[in-house]
Amino acid sequence: MSFFKKLKEKITGQTDSVTEKFKNGLSKTRESFVSKMNDLVSRYRTVDEEFFEELEDLLISADVGVNTVMELIDDLRGEAKRQNIKDAKDIQPLISEKLAERLQKDDSENALNVKEDEMTVILFVGVNGVGKTTTIGKVAHRFKEEGKSVLLAAGDTFRAGAIEQLSVWGERVGVDTIKQQEGSDPAAVMYDAIQAAKSRQVDVLLCDTAGRLQNKVNLMKELEKVKRVISREIPDAPHEVLLVLDATTGQNALSQAKTFSEATDVSGIALTKLDGTAKGGIVLAIRQELDIPVKLVGLGEGMDDLQTFDAEQYVHGLFADLVNGEEDDEEETST
Amino acid sequence: MAFEGLAERLQGTLDKIRGKGKVTEADVKEMMREVRLALLEADVNFKVVKQFVNRVKERAVGQEVMKSLTPGQQVIKVVNDELKELMGGEQSKINVADKPPTVVMMVGLQGAGKTTTTAKLANHLRKDHNRKPLLVGADVYRPAAIDQLETLGKQLDMPVFSLGTEANPVDIAKQAMEEAKANHNDYVIIDTAGRLHVDEELMEELENIKAVTEPEEVLLVVDAMTGQDAVNVADSFNNQLDLSGVVMTKLDGDTRGGAAISIKAVTDTPIKFAGMGEKIDALEPFHPDRMASRILGMGDVLSLIEKAQTDVDEEKAKELERKMRSNDMTFDDFLEQLSQVKKMGPLDEILGMMPGANKMKGLKNAKVDDKQLAHIEAIIRSMTKEERDNPSVLNGSRKKRIARGSGTSVPEVNRLLKQFNEMKKMMKQMSSMQKGKKKGGGLNLPFM
Repeated sequence: MSFFKKLKEKITGQTDSVTEKFKNGLSKTRESFVSKMNDLVSRYRTVDEEFFEELEDLLISADVGVNTVMELIDDLRGEAKRQNIKDAKDIQPLISEKLAERLQKDDSENALNVKEDEMTVILFVGVNGVGKTTTIGKVAHRFKEEGKSVLLAAGDTFRAGAIEQLSVWGERVGVDTIKQQEGSDPAAVMYDAIQAAKSRQVDVLLCDTAGRLQNKVNLMKELEKVKRVISREIPDAPHEVLLVLDATTGQNALSQAKTFSEATDVSGIALTKLDGTAKGGIVLAIRQELDIPVKLVGLGEGMDDLQTFDAEQYVHGLFADLVNGEEDDEEETST
Repeated sequence: MAFEGLAERLQGTLDKIRGKGKVTEADVKEMMREVRLALLEADVNFKVVKQFVNRVKERAVGQEVMKSLTPGQQVIKVVNDELKELMGGEQSKINVADKPPTVVMMVGLQGAGKTTTTAKLANHLRKDHNRKPLLVGADVYRPAAIDQLETLGKQLDMPVFSLGTEANPVDIAKQAMEEAKANHNDYVIIDTAGRLHVDEELMEELENIKAVTEPEEVLLVVDAMTGQDAVNVADSFNNQLDLSGVVMTKLDGDTRGGAAISIKAVTDTPIKFAGMGEKIDALEPFHPDRMASRILGMGDVLSLIEKAQTDVDEEKAKELERKMRSNDMTFDDFLEQLSQVKKMGPLDEILGMMPGANKMKGLKNAKVDDKQLAHIEAIIRSMTKEERDNPSVLNGSRKKRIARGSGTSVPEVNRLLKQFNEMKKMMKQMSSMQKGKKKGGGLNLPFM
């Protein structure tokens, strides 16, 4: 059975609405990527060096990053030789298989670490403008839907309007926001929020932080302190540290993941703005080099356009047209 | 820095060439491969890279590189020249309408930094051009976007026009024009909502705002960390709105910023400004030539020099220099120097701008701690006037007192004394080296 068939069977078990969201959210990404892919395959009858060179370009155009692409291409080249693949069309499923394989090692790793009988604390970190506050709003909505009680901590005390922005999200979703004045110490806000969360016995505490560029040493230290305060008050918290990453970001995302991990021990990535034409391929490099899994993806502006990341869904979203195309072919041959 | 610059990348190939009599075409090909990879790692769009490398290759295979005795430097020079040419000259002027007010529209993706840049630009127009801008909050979608602009307006003490989040952005823009005319504002800067370039409905809204305000400038605000997709974004915005310029934001980060090249190549629109920090005055003219060397990983010497020139008090610098040369520098002078350096910004930022700083062994991963500076300051401030003028009087008990007074330890005091003496020695050597040479500029900072 071909990889696409397997992929399809696996996801038909999941709700259609989820698949639909991935498909719609990724439609722009897919259109450009797949049309290029089809174009590439149709122009090259045989798998030769030039084919691989163009494939290299295609993957680079998805921001996968030079090193990861080179390694992937080498892998494919070897595999094509071993399996004696000559037709460009036959190598397509191999490409997506390799991609999915690199993104996800097992199914459980993409789930958020949520405590059942005690409070779960999630810390959101990232550079400026990636969508931390919006992502928190969406995550809060999700937990609320699951029937959990949620509290927000307005830890971005620096950017003008950030506290209001989180509060508006809180009101929208129907959860409270613990806040202090603009300019106050973010660690103090966290301390307050934890005390409030404890006394109210909420299930989930979501902590916002100010966006900061990873090369600002003092700001990274401030972030370390914020995390330290949380861990001091609740020993195994934060249970998740999510690095929010803008899908349009290029190679710098790797440096972001590295530096934020050093400071706060990042446990997962929330990849935002995937509903544009950007592909966020740098998550492949991050997975390869730092072994940080993607946990959430933002696929739109709506409150429930945040999904748990699923590599197969993601690759399916990227290659949906190819899956259907291949099926047509198979039907043709069987008749 | 996560990625190697072009110079480091070329090193391997150059090592091979060294010792060979001449550079072959195969060598050039290999070098071009390194150029390609360096540019791709800097996030320059792959199509742009392809065209670019072909151009460089033509020049390289033609006489310039192959006949050169220093092929590596020649390649870098050719790449640098071509990059500079591609990036065009400096154009940081904001157009002025024949009849005021001049309208500037800020557009871009979500999170690029439009609102912050709007405030920075207004500050720039007032400070450097004596203008009286009106800020317009037309982002009715993102929660608290208008609050953000209003807070920034308050900080700047500048008027912000908005009609709340229920109003239509086109109406807001229209009424803002009336408001500006009534209040004699000569500039109107419209902060629009972030949107995806593929969102047809919202892109149309921008076209409508443009139609009713007839802006002199439509500025695309782009995050410098943007990857390969920058070309799609810039192309869509340019096709629909006919951009007049670009502002690159977050350039104070450690990204190479190859998106700048992609955007320039695709839109042929000048990049006018660079966002260099979170403070409201952190907007600088965009220097294409410096961007070229940044993308190639060659440091930003010029920026550093300029930063030093604007931030350091020239009089004091001259006096310091005189003292350094005459070798009668005291701890008070040293303290003065420290405060000058501190004015230039966080130390790691300054280091990041020095070429080769990321190559120096100890410095490669050095996180410069500004707190150390604070310690040094505390130690010096705990000294008496006599001790500062003549550090040789410092004995054990004096050192103990200083350590206690500054909250540090005797070893720390000793370390500072040693550094200070070494610096003095170095200064002496340097000034004797310079003797006879004509003196230009006049900057001697402890780290240079």
